[in-house]
Amino acid sequence: MTAPIPQVDCSETVARLYEFLDGELTEDRRIAIENHLNFCPPCGSVVSFEAELRRVIADRARDHVPNQLRERIAAALAELSDEASA
Amino acid sequence: MEFMPSLYSAAMRLTHNPSDAEDLVQETYLKAYRAYGGFKEGTYLKAWLYKILTNTFINSYRAKRRRPEESELDEVEDLYLYRRLAQSEAADAGYSAEDRALERITDTEVKQAIEALPESFRIPVILADVEGFSYKEIAEITDVPIGTVMSRLHRGRKALQKALAEYGMQRGLVVAEPGER
Repeated sequence: MTAPIPQVDCSETVARLYEFLDGELTEDRRIAIENHLNFCPPCGSVVSFEAELRRVIADRARDHVPNQLRERIAAALAELSDEASA
Repeated sequence: MEFMPSLYSAAMRLTHNPSDAEDLVQETYLKAYRAYGGFKEGTYLKAWLYKILTNTFINSYRAKRRRPEESELDEVEDLYLYRRLAQSEAADAGYSAEDRALERITDTEVKQAIEALPESFRIPVILADVEGFSYKEIAEITDVPIGTVMSRLHRGRKALQKALAEYGMQRGLVVAEPGER
């Protein structure tokens, strides 16, 4: 017999929000929160907002690598490897 | 060199300028190469490169003055940005106001908000939210206990939300305080 899935409320869902989104909860707790989200639209809206915010942050915090940096690093590594084999 | 765009972006958030960011990334690759005698592909290569990058930054690039970091972040309530956006003008339009406001956050605002975080919060936020490392990996990269990683991430993310809300307020996308209308 397996232990019943614990019940969670809105405040626990908010408290565990980041661990939930980060995929860092135990299986039982993750399922408990998913169950709560299925019948609590306000919490569902919070979770989808926070997930979307995470996507926006990851997406917009990118910089384009200057071409000359790639060339500079490739040249510096080639020099090191020549030294090693000399 | 598949991780170079990630490393360069992180270096930009840490150093705030392209010239130092380039030097930091180059130094990271050279240190990694010297230590390994080449690059072996593997799950931990990315985490290991980040460890070299953050250590190199902390030891050589950041401003020499030590700042009282932990006390620099005010306590911010949970769901700070969500609560403000949910009450903004756009909520009347029948769409999800929060999601529409997110679309209007610019690259520059996200970058500035991250760069404004004190270092001990900025590094875990970059590692988790931009690069997707796990708590355990971040603990290993930054040499701090996993509980400390979690609490810094929690506080850092809330401070980031507050900064984004402030940019939104300046542009009239966000109300100052929930319930004021």
